[in-house]
Amino acid sequence: MSAQEMQKMQETPRATRGRAPDVFTPGGWLPMREYRDAEAVDFAIVGAGAGGATLACKLAEAGFSVVVFEAGPFWRPLEDFASDEMAQQQLFWTDERITAGDDPIALGGNNSGRGVGGSTVHFSMISLRFRPEWFQCRSQLGYGFDWPVSYREMAPYYEEAEQALSIAGPVNYPWGPARRRYPYREHEMNAAGLVLARGAEKMGIRWASTPLATVSAPRGQSPPCVYRGFCNFGCSTNAKQSALIVWIPRALRAGAQVRDLAMAGRIELSPDGRASGVHYHRAGAWQFQRARNVVLAGYAIETPRLLLNSACARFPQGLANGSGLVGTHLTTHAGPGVWARFDEEIRWYKGPPNMAVSEHWNYVDEGKDFHGGYAFMSQGPLPRAWAQLLATSRGLWGQTLRSEMLNYNHMAGLVPVAETEPRPQNRVEVTHETDQYGLKIPRVVFAYSDNDRRLQHHAVRFMGEMLQAAGGRDLWTSQDTSHILGTCRMGADPATSVVNADGRSWDISNLWICDGSLFPTCGGVNPSLTIQALACRIGARIKRLASSGEL
Amino acid sequence: MKTPYRHYDVLDKWSTPSFDAPTRAVLTERLHVLPPRRFFTPEEWTLLQAVTARVLPQLDRIEPVPIVPWLDEQLWAGRGEGFRHEGTAPMRQAWRDGLAAIEAEAQRRHGCGFAALHAASGDALLGVLAQGGADPALWRAEAAQHFFIHILVKSIVAIYYAHPAAWSEIGFGGPASPRGYVRLGADERDAWEARERE
Repeated sequence: MSAQEMQKMQETPRATRGRAPDVFTPGGWLPMREYRDAEAVDFAIVGAGAGGATLACKLAEAGFSVVVFEAGPFWRPLEDFASDEMAQQQLFWTDERITAGDDPIALGGNNSGRGVGGSTVHFSMISLRFRPEWFQCRSQLGYGFDWPVSYREMAPYYEEAEQALSIAGPVNYPWGPARRRYPYREHEMNAAGLVLARGAEKMGIRWASTPLATVSAPRGQSPPCVYRGFCNFGCSTNAKQSALIVWIPRALRAGAQVRDLAMAGRIELSPDGRASGVHYHRAGAWQFQRARNVVLAGYAIETPRLLLNSACARFPQGLANGSGLVGTHLTTHAGPGVWARFDEEIRWYKGPPNMAVSEHWNYVDEGKDFHGGYAFMSQGPLPRAWAQLLATSRGLWGQTLRSEMLNYNHMAGLVPVAETEPRPQNRVEVTHETDQYGLKIPRVVFAYSDNDRRLQHHAVRFMGEMLQAAGGRDLWTSQDTSHILGTCRMGADPATSVVNADGRSWDISNLWICDGSLFPTCGGVNPSLTIQALACRIGARIKRLASSGEL
Repeated sequence: MKTPYRHYDVLDKWSTPSFDAPTRAVLTERLHVLPPRRFFTPEEWTLLQAVTARVLPQLDRIEPVPIVPWLDEQLWAGRGEGFRHEGTAPMRQAWRDGLAAIEAEAQRRHGCGFAALHAASGDALLGVLAQGGADPALWRAEAAQHFFIHILVKSIVAIYYAHPAAWSEIGFGGPASPRGYVRLGADERDAWEARERE
């Protein structure tokens, strides 16, 4: 496909006229049920990522009428995804945003996603459960906030998500409560992961093969992973178990409709103060879908943005914002990297980028001068991203940069998924500047707390010692973040949370949230599995509420 | 520039199972269709050619990897990173302002345009920007350093290391769909990967 054809594809909706792309067949289609705008559907879901796609599947399978709105395109990976970092920038959300605060977060890349499947299309596939105590962080560990659900309540939904995604992982995972073995066997470890293993053994801590959402044996129409290494730029073979290929085909088969290239701009309220539908922009025009319930699943920037942009006379501070908390308590995962050169050839471009993990500092509380935890993983950046990191972290350019790039095949590194504290001043707001749809653009404000800095200092020191123990030389460090969470947190009290344990707004009873915005705390692991488990739980709860007439 | 992978050319895999059709389509365009100048003025274009020659010198290449045409294309199409720091100009304006300020620095320090500077003088001037030593009359606080590293250098290296010639230079396996790799361990190499120092 030429750039022009690519551009055209990205502007023309595919899921129309009663059919949606079949992600497993080039040029193929699946039949898709269609609803008229004027017909009030049971659920209008905004966003087709880890939260929205999963919930759409669960609700459609429970018999509800569902329409999912996704701002980005509906990909067929086999024909749309090149093995190319540059071309695959198409997977990111690149609409203009302002980043601010003492430690402004880089947006638009790894922490964003635009397209059916959301950021699971390019995620690293790391599928870890939360440490059980994190759900009662405040009462059991003395920091952050308690979640309104316990690990015990979440465990069956973690199990459901892991089975649905055919997670490939160890027979015995070293951390957390006893659990069933992972559905698929672990992947063969690459050299970058073996560096972590060697370091862990020298340091006397445990390590494991990272539980990953890419299959280690055939599954349905997914072939086993071939270790091509472009995971963060979309999987062109469909080995990756993204929301695009797992939940969306199931949702379609169960009767859900997906509207791609449909940007939601405002939630409409009826005179009784309940949500009545979604205004969305598609095929060059604003349209309005009526709905009995509206679910926001646009992730932790777009979800609060849509609530704030839906402010009206009745709710001048934005919808679902009686607590004043919408947009606040944003957390991210700090990702200070430590990098080193090795004598042997590592060739970290082979295999998924994060094949080995240690959760040691998620489960050990002694010897810390900070609250919170971090997992850390082996790394495998591709050349373009690696060169950019050398430029921005070390200030390299010119001949120096070109020479340093020649070490590419001898590098290895460790990056943590480091917890940050939820604090009110870290937040998403809307500005007066507008985007191509005429919608106010978001401003994201972030600064690390002293605790966040102590945690990262610990991680950098420990990972550095470990890399040296593994034989690494010429160590240096970098700064980055991943994931954005917590801007519409769930809770047990309307005064201190935006929604309840079911993701249901305290203020507007037919308005729901189902994405990473819900997280009261962010823990020290990647969030996608927890988002999908929460979505499975919310789907089950909605089914139960409907059957008891409480919807 | 002595690459340890002298006999490796990632494009030798063009007709093998490592290169699928979507990848070949993207690379055909990158290798053979150079976008025309549509965003920069002719003066900005010339200046940027000179700056790029310092940021990513390619004197060792008979055919340098084209960079400025792709920068122009990105800006013309309005394809950005998806965010900007508070208080900084939108992407297109940031580029125009930044280039104008580099030119003004050259005039102030050397009495001539940047493109007329010797390599060493050009490097020295850009080095001053990188270290945060720009003339505050020409740049807002920290703007020079930010523009140079986080916009200019970051964009230039992103284009260079998206080119197959650069992949070959550093021994990167390159596109690998659908074949992928079999040998994953340290000092292990599939037959279709680069051999170091042969």
